[in-house]
Amino acid sequence: MGMEGIGARVTRKEDKRFLTGKGRYTDDMVVPGMKHAFFVRSPHAHARITGIDASVALGMPGVIAVLEGKQLQADGIGNLICGWMVHSKDGTPMKMGAWRPLAIDTVRYVGDAVAIVVADSAAEARDAAEAVMVDYDELPAVTTSLAALGADAPQIHPEAPGNLIFDWQIGDPAATDAAIAAAAHVIEIDILNNRLSPNPMEPRATLGIYDEAEDHFTCYTTSQNPHVARLVMSAFYNVAPENKLRVIAPDVGGGFGSKIYIYPEEIVCLWASKKTGVPVKWTSDRTEAFLTDAHGRDHVSTVKMAFDKDHRITGLKVDTVANLGAYMSLFSSAVPTYLYATLLSGQYAIPAIHANVRTVYTNTVPVDAYRGAGRPEATYLLERTIETAARELGISPVELRRKNFIRTFPYQTPVIMTYDAGDYEASLSAAMQAADWDGFPARRAQSEARGMKRGIGMSCYIEACGIAPSQAVGSLGAGVGLWESAEVRVNAVGTIEVLTGSHSHGQGHETTFAQLVADRLGVPIASVNIVHGDTDKVQMGMGTYGSRSGAVGMSAVVKALDKVEMKAKKIAAHLMEADEADIVIENGDVKVAGTDKSLPWFQVALAAYTAHNLPSGMEPGLKESAFYDPSNFTFPAGCYIAEVEIDPETGKTEILQFVAADDFGNIINPMIVEGQVHGGLAQGIGQALLEEVRYDENNGQLLTASYMDYAMPRADDLPSFSLSHQNTPCPGNPLGIKGCGEAGAIGSPPALMNAITDAIGINTLSMPATPLKVWSALQAVQMRQAAE
Amino acid sequence: MAKVTLTVNGRAMAGECDDRTLLVHFIRDRLGLTGTHVGCDTTQCGACVVHMDGKSVKSCSILAVQASGSTVTTIEGLAVQGELHPVQAAFNQHHGLQCGFCTPGMVMTAVDMIARHGGQLDEATVRQELEGNICRCTGYHNIVKAVLSANEQMHGAQRQAAE
Amino acid sequence: MYATSYHRTSSVDEAVNLRASQDEGRYISGGMTLIATMKQRLAAPSDLIDLRHIAGLKGITVKGRTVRIGAATPHADVASSVEIRALCPAICNLAGMIGDPHVRHMGTIGGSVANNDPAADYPSAVLALNATIITDRREIPADEFFQGMFETALQDTEILTAIRFEAPDKAGYAKFANPASRYALTGVFVAKTASGVRVAVTGAGSGGVFRVPEMEAALGASYLPESVAGISVDPGLLMEDMHATAEYRANLVRVMAKRAVQSSL
Repeated sequence: MGMEGIGARVTRKEDKRFLTGKGRYTDDMVVPGMKHAFFVRSPHAHARITGIDASVALGMPGVIAVLEGKQLQADGIGNLICGWMVHSKDGTPMKMGAWRPLAIDTVRYVGDAVAIVVADSAAEARDAAEAVMVDYDELPAVTTSLAALGADAPQIHPEAPGNLIFDWQIGDPAATDAAIAAAAHVIEIDILNNRLSPNPMEPRATLGIYDEAEDHFTCYTTSQNPHVARLVMSAFYNVAPENKLRVIAPDVGGGFGSKIYIYPEEIVCLWASKKTGVPVKWTSDRTEAFLTDAHGRDHVSTVKMAFDKDHRITGLKVDTVANLGAYMSLFSSAVPTYLYATLLSGQYAIPAIHANVRTVYTNTVPVDAYRGAGRPEATYLLERTIETAARELGISPVELRRKNFIRTFPYQTPVIMTYDAGDYEASLSAAMQAADWDGFPARRAQSEARGMKRGIGMSCYIEACGIAPSQAVGSLGAGVGLWESAEVRVNAVGTIEVLTGSHSHGQGHETTFAQLVADRLGVPIASVNIVHGDTDKVQMGMGTYGSRSGAVGMSAVVKALDKVEMKAKKIAAHLMEADEADIVIENGDVKVAGTDKSLPWFQVALAAYTAHNLPSGMEPGLKESAFYDPSNFTFPAGCYIAEVEIDPETGKTEILQFVAADDFGNIINPMIVEGQVHGGLAQGIGQALLEEVRYDENNGQLLTASYMDYAMPRADDLPSFSLSHQNTPCPGNPLGIKGCGEAGAIGSPPALMNAITDAIGINTLSMPATPLKVWSALQAVQMRQAAE
Repeated sequence: MAKVTLTVNGRAMAGECDDRTLLVHFIRDRLGLTGTHVGCDTTQCGACVVHMDGKSVKSCSILAVQASGSTVTTIEGLAVQGELHPVQAAFNQHHGLQCGFCTPGMVMTAVDMIARHGGQLDEATVRQELEGNICRCTGYHNIVKAVLSANEQMHGAQRQAAE
Repeated sequence: MYATSYHRTSSVDEAVNLRASQDEGRYISGGMTLIATMKQRLAAPSDLIDLRHIAGLKGITVKGRTVRIGAATPHADVASSVEIRALCPAICNLAGMIGDPHVRHMGTIGGSVANNDPAADYPSAVLALNATIITDRREIPADEFFQGMFETALQDTEILTAIRFEAPDKAGYAKFANPASRYALTGVFVAKTASGVRVAVTGAGSGGVFRVPEMEAALGASYLPESVAGISVDPGLLMEDMHATAEYRANLVRVMAKRAVQSSL
């Protein structure tokens, strides 16, 4: 490892612009003639639109246009789609209802867009939006998945009778039922996974620019995957052909999944720009973000786990209902199926698994992938269940896990996945040692002496990252391939640009991708620039989500570097009159091994471009591209331990320590990996302790529409974290890396809930474990005990 | 329309705006200083923190006209002649930022915090003092480290100078 | 925010006269509540009359055991006042728990007390300290000032100019913050003086800040945390929302009262 190569804690190249206020986010963009949009949104969760009257609004100061859905439809703009086809177990395709960018006949959640107002200023647009008179006939609304499946539930889409989108299954039902029937012990538990709002700190924004002379559109947007946005807007929404649509995702202030999807606002602003002849910018405020950004999770499950007399797991049966909200968002169908149920084996050898998943429409914001996407749901379900089993069986939760760990690889689970490598014992031991697990009873006694309740809990998670291979995901219903692309451009002076289809919105690609090049060619990272986020600059790419940028995106860079290196060696061999096989690249020099013959890197690059003396038949230039399609998912895994103290008088939980032991395979930059874990942990802890999206079940109003009511984790809610890494290199990609972006959010909720339930001695507690909920649970027990 | 005059990052600036224009929008839209961000609408996230007459304030909750006549420092005014302020340098050194959106507010908050506490900062105090700033990326771990490190560097240097 | 007209004033008289000429005007001081409310379009004053630059409204004076805090004094100044801390650290601690450091640099005691938000911290201190609310035209005892959520004895054009109180023998404030907003889910201020003990609760009451006579009597008899441990308030008088049931708030009133006393010892 060089000073800046793979494994080095290099500080980030991109930091300076962010630290000095020179970051360029979508809302920072200003173009000549630019005007501002505000969306008229439904105040009702479910209603028929009987009329829209914009006459007053059109007369207000600064107003340029008020445009509605019928005009959009007349101009041939298509409906939003879900890009992953899932079939029900009876073979019928999922039942997707129409999602119009601007609602025409019916609104289906509070915040559903109805019209766009374009005005000179954002304030004027908002003033006028209030004056757009929309007549609604209110309809009954339903917000929870179980209620939506009820016989008397309101029908949300005509395409989906009973609000059921699909009824899907995975695994072997007969074998699982047989295992349960034959079991020595069966543990049953109900599991709720709370609904969350991703809340990247930068609210969504978009700037649509139509150039009439060129008949060309430019879309600045807060996207994790600008190429996918362009593809979908061209191929399905009919905004413009791809060659007439440039999508730019400049600096993006966090995503966590919520900026994968193409939302109505991008499409409508582009269309409105053409309609009005002016560039149209829209920036969400936080309330609007709560009302319209895709939410995450919202699962209701029942679980049965079967054990033999030796406490080996013999079967797992899961029934899950997932709330997908009012419309099917881009990847919504994949999250509670292929990203969830395929991970239900966890770190354990379970011979028989069966999961049934029903997805339903409700009058709520669409639900899609949020950091972890399906894997937190699987991990929470499994790790709460095994903890409960240990308690009910009266054995150590550590021993129960150890007894059931998978220990040989590759391991084929009953639910599609083939785990390629791992050492679960290593992470478990490391975490227990770091947490001083054995010293816990003494610490608990100290807390008890102070009238406090102390608890400890663990979680052993596994996840699947780098979502791939394309052929495999295609066979499971994905509408896109999940490869990644890279182009390595060596300039004539030897400096390098790497164009990647991955997108950085906090992950530090401008540093880590450069480290990869530095490691390979021995050039300083200062001479390497990473280019991303612009469909005009970068070849087609698939973007950043599912912890895929390292395992897939960087592997594509490796492949392109292979080609660059091969060509550079050919040129060097020719220039130095040596055998190509003897050429090595070391510390920025191209050398003939075993001799003192050497050329600096820039001279080889220069030779490629002067083309005065190249091997016969060789094309000039030094620029190569590659598309990398992985052979498998990657499987990061680890063990997390939380220790908490609860104040029984108030129900408030304090996290005393949080230990994370992760196996991410090889690591490019430990500093950045640690940062990813910290952030994931904070989001997972937020889910377990603080965060929950809540609707009024009677009328579908969003009750948590601002930070006044949606509790975001703040600095004093969290401890400093204790981290360690174990390493079983991933055999599936050239770098041996597995991905680290989501693990923190996946592994932490069950560790914390296991600790909290351990502290209070009450196993049935749902997330988030707010002071109110914990206190109420303790009160209920006290009242029961008093009655006995 | 109101006339607003401010001294921003050492330069006198004037402009007209609606009375209802927030200071943050005046700074961003009229002055073109887009480092100050808006992350919420309920005075909670702190992405908009600037210094007004030497004190940290939330520029999303002050009208530009209210601020008229005052001296404002934004994130763009912190580095002197290209050299990062010790707090900025510490955020880089300790990886105290990821997406960068909350970062300007965090940095301005940290500068104010360090000044007010005169070197007396510990982890618990820093975490408490960050109550008005929300970060979704870092879990605060490295932000806390960066603030403590900058505090040590700035006040350690002062102590050395005094000795 | 709806359109509004801003006026900066330099004297109380100027402000009162201006306000009297408007139907829908509002005084603004730090604006930490009002601007936020206007941004949400939940308030639409035609005019804003800025009191923050009136010199006479700012500052802290301590004479003997009498503390006078000018209405336009920001929370941060109260929190860091060495003079007040020597006499009544509880109110400094309370001021240091309001909002966050940035809000404390702008928000003022006058604005907070005049607004009488049911989850604001200051009203509990003003009521428990039996403070006097001084306006441009009169002095109002705390017991008569607070008249329910967001309701006070202030007349339309009346300006709160200062808060005055005698430093108590002992005082303590304990707050349980709403996990999301960080406003008081329940906050209890306890003050012990020669004439007795007063206990005021904020954040919990469905009619805004209120006193708890049973606790006051118990603490008057024996000023110890245990004295209030067995006293409960009627949940029927308390607010209920997604963050706290009335029963939970009733519990918090008791627990915070206990801790407020503890912190004052």
